[in-house]
Amino acid sequence: MSSIVPSVKPPRLAVREAPPADASSVAMAVDRLNAWFAENHVLRDISITFPKQQVTALIGPSGCGKSTLIRCLNRMHEVVAGARVKGEIWVDGMNIYGEGVDPVQVRRKIGMVFQKPNPFPTMSIYDNVAAGLKLNGVRNVSVLDEAVERGLRQAALWEEVKDKLKEPGTGLSGGQQQRLCIARALAVKPEILLLDEPCSALDPIATAKIEELLHELKTQYTVGIVTHNMQQAARVSSFTGFLLLGELIEFGTTDRLFTNPSDPRTEAYITGRFG
Amino acid sequence: MVRDPLMARRNWANRLALASTGLCALVTVSVLFFLLGYIAVNGIGALNWAFFTQLPKPVGEPGGGMANAIVGTGKLLFLASLIGVPIGFFGGVYLAEFGRNGKIAFWVRYATDVLNGVPSIVIGIFAYVLVVLPMKSFSTLAGGFALGIMMIPIAVRTTEEFLKLIPASIREAADALGVQRWKTILFVVIPAAFRGLLTGILLDLARVAGETAPLLFTALNNRVWSHGWMEPTASLPVMIYTYAIAPYEDWHRQAWAAALVLMLLVLVVNGGARMVLPRRSVVV
Ligand SMILES: Nc1ncnc2c1ncn2[C@@H]1O[C@H](COP(=O)(O)OP(=O)(O)OP(=O)(O)O)[C@@H](O)[C@H]1O
Ligand SMILES: [Mg+2]
Repeated sequence: MSSIVPSVKPPRLAVREAPPADASSVAMAVDRLNAWFAENHVLRDISITFPKQQVTALIGPSGCGKSTLIRCLNRMHEVVAGARVKGEIWVDGMNIYGEGVDPVQVRRKIGMVFQKPNPFPTMSIYDNVAAGLKLNGVRNVSVLDEAVERGLRQAALWEEVKDKLKEPGTGLSGGQQQRLCIARALAVKPEILLLDEPCSALDPIATAKIEELLHELKTQYTVGIVTHNMQQAARVSSFTGFLLLGELIEFGTTDRLFTNPSDPRTEAYITGRFG
Repeated sequence: MVRDPLMARRNWANRLALASTGLCALVTVSVLFFLLGYIAVNGIGALNWAFFTQLPKPVGEPGGGMANAIVGTGKLLFLASLIGVPIGFFGGVYLAEFGRNGKIAFWVRYATDVLNGVPSIVIGIFAYVLVVLPMKSFSTLAGGFALGIMMIPIAVRTTEEFLKLIPASIREAADALGVQRWKTILFVVIPAAFRGLLTGILLDLARVAGETAPLLFTALNNRVWSHGWMEPTASLPVMIYTYAIAPYEDWHRQAWAAALVLMLLVLVVNGGARMVLPRRSVVV
């Protein structure tokens, strides 16, 4: 292996709960994941599981690698020039970093919503939601109609836009645009939905709407969410991982992690002593 | 308020900067208006229906027009776009979407800039050697080829610049949906940049519309209609050149008229380009 990989393995710092009893309750299992931006080693030996149909939050101070980790989960990290990944991520009995696995196929199963709403600028609301299907060759109008309505309903946006589906997606408010992006991600029926600070550009009311939505979504999807906001993590997630300087310091149920953290660094962070 | 000498000096420097830059801006605009006015005043007299519909008359006979040169310029520009637009466009797409900061892209950009700096007369000689000599004839084809080559560098760079204006987050959104890159570019990125891309191409076309030197070696001139693509053809710039240096008063007036028509063509294309220029096609 290249010389960037430390020859001495860093000690396993993360304190983990016992993994869920049967594998069928795990949607995604990350095993010793390392990631680099060029020579910059930004994720070190991350191992974490995402339980099925639960919301798992990733918290940590700015620059600790939350975005990098979540982007590794659907192979978006490697899109950046010079970025590299090593390690395994198991989904449905398949290592998504295994040989011959097509990242494009992985991303169809694992959707992503970004920090800033990014609807396609030239497309109508309808076309935005249908984009994933249309661009992958689905032509059947009734299939598209059904997917658009389902996506928008699941994203709690249907009632607000059902009479103006032909209007441009960029004409919506910030919060609506973000829900549009969620609808777009859901319309392709992913198994897992990843969100990277989806509320950071939104006002409290729009934020509350999205949080409410996450509760709905976990009945059908496995959700991973990065958040800066610890109250938000506490409100929306069942499991939380705390990252610091590219390492997973602690992972456990949200209740336990926030009330009784086992690592002093976690405690320092959640009590606001740094970060 | 106390008058601070330092502040006073700064104010003066500020005023001086404003005055000198403003003056230069004014000179730029004046030159354009003077040019337009001068050409209009001189050209308008010879501009009549015959100018657009008739062939040039033999020397000494007054009247006639430049219908063949107008059509010739149209054909040359059509051919030039056929060559320059696709090559320039796909080259620009390559630089913006695939090459990015790589080595190859660096050299392509460098070569493009050098090509852009090659004097147009050299491009004319190049087309002469490559097209005119083997075909043993001056032709519309050779002229269009030369102008097409001249269009490439600007088409490449404007395409690249306008595609780069589309935020990376848009491409990421499509990536995250499991859409292949080429589909993202074709159906998401290019439509978002469309007005800008069209503007760039139109400005490029307006720029080569007035090129004369490369046509002297390639399309040459023609006093009658040029049929098809393989015959020498008249064009507005070459007609202006020929008529302006000829010793006939009537030809001079027609040269002014041709200059006016060419200017108007360029102005219309330019203005059209600015009208389609992004109002809100580039949305973050
Ligand atoms: N495109 C990039 N190129 C090079 N280095 C990067 C890039 N993006 C992030 N990094 C580096 O990787 C490290 C982790 O960044 P990352 O964006 O994952 O942090 P984060 O936890 O999401 O921070 P934030 O809370 O501010 O979003 C940082 O040190 C950052 O400097
Ligand atoms: Mg981040």
